[in-house]
Amino acid sequence: MWNYFKLIATGSWSLAVGMWIVLRHAFKRPVTVQYPYESVRLPARYRGHIELKREAAGGQPKCVACLACQRACPSGCIALDGVKPEGAPRKVLTLYTLNFTTCSLCGLCVESCAFDALQFSKDYNLASVRKEDYQMDLLTPGEKHS
Amino acid sequence: MSIEAKSIHRETFVINLGPQHPATHGVLRIKLTMDGEYIDDAEPIIGYGHRMQEKMGENRTYAKFLPNTARMDYVAALFNSQGYVGAVERLAGITVPERAEYIRVITAELNRVASHLLWAGAFLIDLGGFTPLLYTFDDREQILDLLESVTGARLTFCYYRFGGVCNDIDDEFVAGTRQFISRLRSRMPMYHALITKNIIFRKRCEGIGPITADVCRRYGGTGPVLRGAGVAYDVRKAEPYSVYPQFDFNVPVYPEGDCMARYRVRMDEIVESLRIIEQALDKLPAGPVMAEKVPRFLKPPKGECTFTVESARGSFGVRAISDGTDKAYRMKLRSPCFSNLSLFQECSRGMLLADALALLGSLDLVIPDIDR
Ligand code: SF4
Ligand code: SF4
Repeated sequence: MWNYFKLIATGSWSLAVGMWIVLRHAFKRPVTVQYPYESVRLPARYRGHIELKREAAGGQPKCVACLACQRACPSGCIALDGVKPEGAPRKVLTLYTLNFTTCSLCGLCVESCAFDALQFSKDYNLASVRKEDYQMDLLTPGEKHS
Repeated sequence: MSIEAKSIHRETFVINLGPQHPATHGVLRIKLTMDGEYIDDAEPIIGYGHRMQEKMGENRTYAKFLPNTARMDYVAALFNSQGYVGAVERLAGITVPERAEYIRVITAELNRVASHLLWAGAFLIDLGGFTPLLYTFDDREQILDLLESVTGARLTFCYYRFGGVCNDIDDEFVAGTRQFISRLRSRMPMYHALITKNIIFRKRCEGIGPITADVCRRYGGTGPVLRGAGVAYDVRKAEPYSVYPQFDFNVPVYPEGDCMARYRVRMDEIVESLRIIEQALDKLPAGPVMAEKVPRFLKPPKGECTFTVESARGSFGVRAISDGTDKAYRMKLRSPCFSNLSLFQECSRGMLLADALALLGSLDLVIPDIDR
């Protein structure tokens, strides 16, 4: 009998303690970020989809179409092509598309590039209902390749 | 059983738990044969998320399989990567610089804490308590922020490489981690007051779902399930890898074997992991984080090896067989969740349905890890 009442007392006390903890938390500042009105600060190393780095002068892509990134990609989602114009020192990119639907954001392409021509973008507002929107033309960013 | 006996004494019916059920945390289906409220038989049906990870490990080069490892046990992704790179490094005879090993230990233990916090919240939801999840997620987010700052991703990290890690950690990460350790330590009493001592939680866990050491042995149960059954087996101690022998930590063991024991093991492991991280930060050596002369196209010599790590859920093992080419001949992945689920059928027999859900939750299953 004694144990029965003791259990009720300790049990109620444990519930009261829990309630008290929750009540105290109710008056703390919220930790949630009110997306889309606010957005989080992305760290410098954030791995978004890839984008081409460009020369400071001229804005030409640094890429020399060596195909190393295409070969390194486990998902086979990079398609690129380049031509070597007459007398030019290196190949010039004519096509660079990323099939973002299969990209696993692993970053192996960026690591494989010996010419420092790829980087991660910080673009994460990428929701779309059209599959074509994820065929990204990195050569002419901003325009969707559809 | 003869037909009469079946029809006169027992009337059983079958219900499906899952494949879409909040308590299975993924696409797991359990075919329950019920005798009223009691379970007669529980047959797990798996494979809904089967992606042929082992086969993928065999038809692509070693480096290309790296991102896949994070997609098996995605709650504790770093352990899978650690097991995989460990196996390949052993095959190819690559030595990892000490700083890289320390960084691996720090990040992996952070991942373990994050995984256990997620489990605690999700387990409480299984038992009907929603609030603790919000607190554990608050802490877990801090860890993910830290890991994101070094790895660039929040879940599928893909951070380890053959021969080291791909990014060095900076002072900001070290300071942030230290701050987090003290924050979580100061919050542990809150968790114990809110969860461990809660009468409803205790009534739902104490003595519920007993798993014995013998059952674990027969089914290969490892991790907190085994340690909650009174066996002090931890791969970090039993088969030390990486730089774990340099750290002083305990292996929490509870002999009761019930849901409460598994809960306590995990809560104690959080504290032990924090200790390991703190020691690793104190001793962090300078130096490179990547081994020199790792060939770009890895072709390990003919041979085979096994590498096992203690993941947040148990032993995760990789058995790699190389035939001297750039792709593995065989890539066997031993996932802890598969074995831990296997014992559910035997252990849940005769339990109340609601208690069986507590048992299922306490096993800490990640379904894509089972299906692979
Ligand atoms: S991030 Fe990975 S999957 Fe995506 S394009 Fe680069 S290599 Fe391919
Ligand atoms: S590896 Fe770099 S330089 Fe070579 S094709 Fe890819 S982006 Fe261009």
